[in-house]
Amino acid sequence: MAAGVATPLKARLAAAALVAPLLLFLLGVFVLPIGAFLFRAVQESDVAPVLPRTVAALSAWDGAAPPGEAAFAALVEDLREARARDQQSGGGEVARASARLNADLPGFRSLLPMTARRVAAPFEGEARAAVLAISEEWGAIAPWAAIRRAGGPVSDFNLLAVLDLKRDATGGLGTAPPDEAIFRAILWRTLWMGVLATAICLAIGYPLAWLIATAPPRAVPWLMAGVLLPFWTSLIVRTAAWMVLLQREGVVNAALGALRLVEEPLPLLFNRGAVLLAMVHILLPFMVLPIYASLKSLDWRLPRAAVSLGASPARAFRRVTLPLSLPGVGAGCLLVFIQALGFYVTPALLGGANDQMLPYFVAFYASRTVNWGMAAALSCLILAAVAVILAVYGRLVGFSRMRPA
Amino acid sequence: MTAQKQGMNRMAEPLVRFEGVRKAYGAAASGYAVQRLDLDVEKGELLTLLGPSGSGKTTTLMLLAGFEMPSEGRILLGGRDIARLPPHKRGIGVVFQSYALFPHMSVAENVAFSLEVRGVPKPERARRVERALSMVRLETFGERRPAQLSGGQQQRIALARAMVFEPPIVLLDEPLGALDKALREEMQYEIRSLHQRLGLTMMYVTHDQQEALTLSDRIAVFEGGRIRQLAPPRRLYEQPENAFVAGFVGENNRLPGTVRSHPEGEGRDRAIRVMLDGGTEVLARPVDAGAPGSRCVVAVRPERVAVAAILASEMGEDALSARLAEVIFQGDHVRLRLSLGDGAEVVAKRPVGGGMMPEPGTLVSVAWDPAHAHAFAAGG
Repeated sequence: MAAGVATPLKARLAAAALVAPLLLFLLGVFVLPIGAFLFRAVQESDVAPVLPRTVAALSAWDGAAPPGEAAFAALVEDLREARARDQQSGGGEVARASARLNADLPGFRSLLPMTARRVAAPFEGEARAAVLAISEEWGAIAPWAAIRRAGGPVSDFNLLAVLDLKRDATGGLGTAPPDEAIFRAILWRTLWMGVLATAICLAIGYPLAWLIATAPPRAVPWLMAGVLLPFWTSLIVRTAAWMVLLQREGVVNAALGALRLVEEPLPLLFNRGAVLLAMVHILLPFMVLPIYASLKSLDWRLPRAAVSLGASPARAFRRVTLPLSLPGVGAGCLLVFIQALGFYVTPALLGGANDQMLPYFVAFYASRTVNWGMAAALSCLILAAVAVILAVYGRLVGFSRMRPA
Repeated sequence: MTAQKQGMNRMAEPLVRFEGVRKAYGAAASGYAVQRLDLDVEKGELLTLLGPSGSGKTTTLMLLAGFEMPSEGRILLGGRDIARLPPHKRGIGVVFQSYALFPHMSVAENVAFSLEVRGVPKPERARRVERALSMVRLETFGERRPAQLSGGQQQRIALARAMVFEPPIVLLDEPLGALDKALREEMQYEIRSLHQRLGLTMMYVTHDQQEALTLSDRIAVFEGGRIRQLAPPRRLYEQPENAFVAGFVGENNRLPGTVRSHPEGEGRDRAIRVMLDGGTEVLARPVDAGAPGSRCVVAVRPERVAVAAILASEMGEDALSARLAEVIFQGDHVRLRLSLGDGAEVVAKRPVGGGMMPEPGTLVSVAWDPAHAHAFAAGG
């Protein structure tokens, strides 16, 4: 009996050991790096090392009124030390902290370095009076609240920022000021462009998949090659090709001009139409292939049976063929939509300022302002959008139906 | 519902008439799938199209259903030419090979489909679906999905679905091909009884001659796009009109020989003399055998071959002598393999318990009633 139980357990362990290398590989190159990047969305490491005493002094503060003498004394001491360290090592600790605080409360970029400079010299009397003499701003609640928010090892500052939300001094949620509140609009724009690209791909892709599925066997490889051709060139090359075609002196405008169809060259580039055109071109195979697979596995006697029962061909399609190909349609829409949310190069090259999608801002924060926190938080936003869409799809359709019937 | 055999009245207008119908696929040069078909289907009959694959029987069915268009000729349904009418306007019920039930609909929705597209109001729809399901004895299965049913049950649902809108004729395209033998036989009786109870007109395609003999009022045997014989099962079996039909329907011993005389006698006694290649002269009913001197084939059913454990010379002038090569027990009958002197072989069937059985190796004599021996032109 004992052996009978032990053997399956052993077998199970052996099976686990066999997949272990793959699991470790996935963990090492996929889960860990991406997790580490996304963790930066909530990580706070710029302010606490510079103002450790201040952060400690503010930990018990209620945020209702400006803090007392203890916090001012801690701030003075912290700034003196940080300035000394910066001068000694040539580092920019104070600058980094003020950049982070400036993101929360504009004005901090000058306030903190100036205060650090002015408190460097010894002074008599209360720290509070001395600091307030340097700048009246320290008499308000806002700068202290900003320091406390940025002081923790983690905070929701970036995650709230990408949703156009902000915490006030007491920790309550409020909307961000209008000049910072841009991300909701960009999120909706990203989702809307994804929906448009998916809808156009479906409108073109379904008839195309139908054509291939019903084509004579001799023609299928050629039609298939036509669909797969875009896979054989890189995304950037394809996008650049659209630039060549659509620009002011491009092929399309030249042709239209030569045919005297237009007086002036049309502004074809750097607008949303150009972005969608290229997106559909790139994403179309991901729509066609799953629909083709589900149409191909369809029993063609079924629509025939529907017709024999009195349904017109259009009705047979609506009641039989279409419902039976829905798993392919669902899979295709999911593939196209999720990929569309991540489009960066195409809008960046073909779109105007108002056509940029979330990934553009990820790249903007990561490479231009080196604000990894915001880049990671925007990535979390895209990830969350995809998760929500998958959950809705799973709820409405179910993933078990996704494989072609 | 009592009209079941009225269709056999040849004077009445046929329900369906094929008139000079041809069907070519691709270029006409590549031949016709159906060549010059003239066929009447009488109201209330079950007509079977029987033939090997590629003989044109399924094409004929699809021409009537409307999924193929004839290259030439007319197809009349109730006197109206429907050859160019699209299939959904013909109102003909079709039962497809392997059922073609809609997998995303319940059984009841499948059966109700034809009523739904015809705009039948819901309460009546439900009533008629229930009646159709009870007709095939599956009234409690309405809520299930087709995938939850056995093959035989799916087949019965397909039948109910094709009948529920009361079409003038139901076409069945090898409907039992996917079922195992026992279930196939059960379904044959079921289809036959439905046909008789409801007075339905049915056109049935199969390549299984046993099935055709069991089910049909009349059988049309197809070969190479033509009908080779159209007759009730018994006539087809006992009086085949050509060697193809004789060979395709039922089992036959085929003995080559040469015609020796002109036909003599009248009616059932009409016969010719044939010299078999083994050297024995026998009498046979001439079917399409040629003039004296031409080659022919004599076909005799195994169950018509009498075997006696006495010498042929004692038995009569038409008896052949043979050696019993093998006795094979087949459950309901015994097969005797007999070798004639020239290497030809004859098979005889005997009921089990049909008297003394000679030992293999014994010399026996073989004979048959000339009325059951058919002489065909060789190579026909």
